[in-house]
Amino acid sequence: MNNLELKKTANQVRKGIVTGVHAAKAGHPGGSLSAADIYTYLYFEEMNIDPKNPKMEGRDRFVLSKGHTAPGLYATLANRGYFPVEDLTTLRKLGSYLQGHPCMQHIPGVDMSSGSLGQGISAAVGMALSAKIDNKDFRVYTLLGDGEIQEGQVWEASMFAGAKKLDNLVVIVDNNGLQIDGPVDEVNTPYPIDKKFEAFNFHVINIDAHNFDEIRAAFKEAKETKGMPTAIIAHSVKGKGISFMENQAGWHGKAPNDDEYATAMNDLNKIDEELAKEEA
Amino acid sequence: MADKIATRESYGNALAELGAKNPNVVVLDADLAAATKTGVFKKAFPDRFFDCGIAESNMVGIAAGLATTGKIPFVSSFAMFAAGRAFEQVRNSVGYPHLNVKIGATHAGITVGEDGASHQCNEDIALMRTIPGMTVMCPSDDVEAKACVMAAAEMDGPVYMRFGRAACPIINDRPDYKFEVGKGDIVKEGKDLTIVATGICVGNALEAAEMLKADGIDAEVINICTIKPLDEDIIIKSAKKTGKVVTAEEHSVIGGLGSAVCDTLSEKYPVPVKRIGMYDQFGESGSASALLEKYRLDGKGIYAQIKEFLA
Repeated sequence: MNNLELKKTANQVRKGIVTGVHAAKAGHPGGSLSAADIYTYLYFEEMNIDPKNPKMEGRDRFVLSKGHTAPGLYATLANRGYFPVEDLTTLRKLGSYLQGHPCMQHIPGVDMSSGSLGQGISAAVGMALSAKIDNKDFRVYTLLGDGEIQEGQVWEASMFAGAKKLDNLVVIVDNNGLQIDGPVDEVNTPYPIDKKFEAFNFHVINIDAHNFDEIRAAFKEAKETKGMPTAIIAHSVKGKGISFMENQAGWHGKAPNDDEYATAMNDLNKIDEELAKEEA
Repeated sequence: MADKIATRESYGNALAELGAKNPNVVVLDADLAAATKTGVFKKAFPDRFFDCGIAESNMVGIAAGLATTGKIPFVSSFAMFAAGRAFEQVRNSVGYPHLNVKIGATHAGITVGEDGASHQCNEDIALMRTIPGMTVMCPSDDVEAKACVMAAAEMDGPVYMRFGRAACPIINDRPDYKFEVGKGDIVKEGKDLTIVATGICVGNALEAAEMLKADGIDAEVINICTIKPLDEDIIIKSAKKTGKVVTAEEHSVIGGLGSAVCDTLSEKYPVPVKRIGMYDQFGESGSASALLEKYRLDGKGIYAQIKEFLA
């Protein structure tokens, strides 16, 4: 996909996020929206996957370590063809397979159940280790929140990944700067994030999480990096794309009401129009 | 009586045997390979052994990831850390997705000995059996410990295995012994009283039964290796015969075998029950034998507690 196609797709993913969370009357839009471009790039450009065969042997794996941003993952998987986009409105509802946090047993395309912060990265490390044991060439991607990296297990996993030189592993930190209780650097600062991963023997790349040229270049560089895992620090805007949600910690885990939903969809429709102009 | 051997030794030996049979078996440890005896596997299969360092939570998560790709990971540490520190990782990364991870927890109970209470885990059975879909096994000797490991590798889904540090006698070396997950085993038939025991307490319960015999009390001894799923039938059948049940375990009476037996009997066939174990208390430093004596979990102690129950 070229950048314009990626932007258009990411906008569809964002619509899926707000639609799902609005229908659920609960969920986590802020961190889903900040990662929407990353999700889109991974599933539409980067990863070797097959939506018709979610358990394909030798596929690349993705673990959503920041599991609460499941609306973003689900919207991406639906748009990629793993399941119907219409099902996004069943998010978090009794009887729906779209659980509040990713559940690998019931959701096509979900490689690992997650949600308890700090745990997904360890599973991703285990997957990457398995590929190394068997000399398989699949790659493993895991997305973490910048608040999540306050969990000690993240650094246990990183120490192991660095020590074992897991160059088939890419850790992405969605650095939107906000967590539930406020700015990450006020709650318990994780900064400097890049230097921490460097110290754990990672190759580190800082990017603008909403710039597809930079996203593309970073994943290419990760693939070319041998002998060490890569950490991509993706500097993002929480709530990206929705005017009233951008950079607001309050939209971490809150659903828009009907009026807010209309405004949000209006914002995203405007982006569609701009992208259409760009295309013309 | 045959030579004594600690079930952690059996664990290491069984892993090495299993490694030769099944190439998907991988073993993880957290800087305790010499103590948990996974070092035996490491020596035989260095490419399939991973030392995660002192980071049990991450080790359990790595095992979960390995299991998603078809590996059969055995993760090992002391029970305190495998079930205690990493409880939530076992619950959420292994139990919830029902992944094929086997947890080999050694140094369970007070027979850890001199290290003292910080390392004596008397709570692991309670923690592990609350996790939906988790199989919990606590073997009583070398024969059964090896059988547990082999059976765990054969079955799909998470398994918690509890092993001890202290050497214990071999009691299951009879020709008709057959291990089956979820099945209890009557190691001594009797009619006056049922003793349901697990782990190292099975051998001790047999000793207690011998002492009871001198008093004219004919006790039945049931070895429950699989605490979950519990063999309810064997316990209820025996309770119907004897009308009195004693449980014995090197674990807290809260949440362990005693609780599991009471869960079953209180609902399905209520009879008087005495739970023998650690009574809402921590252990302390001392030799394994001295501790078993002090906390009345050796043959004599179990005998004395049964006599008090019957008085």
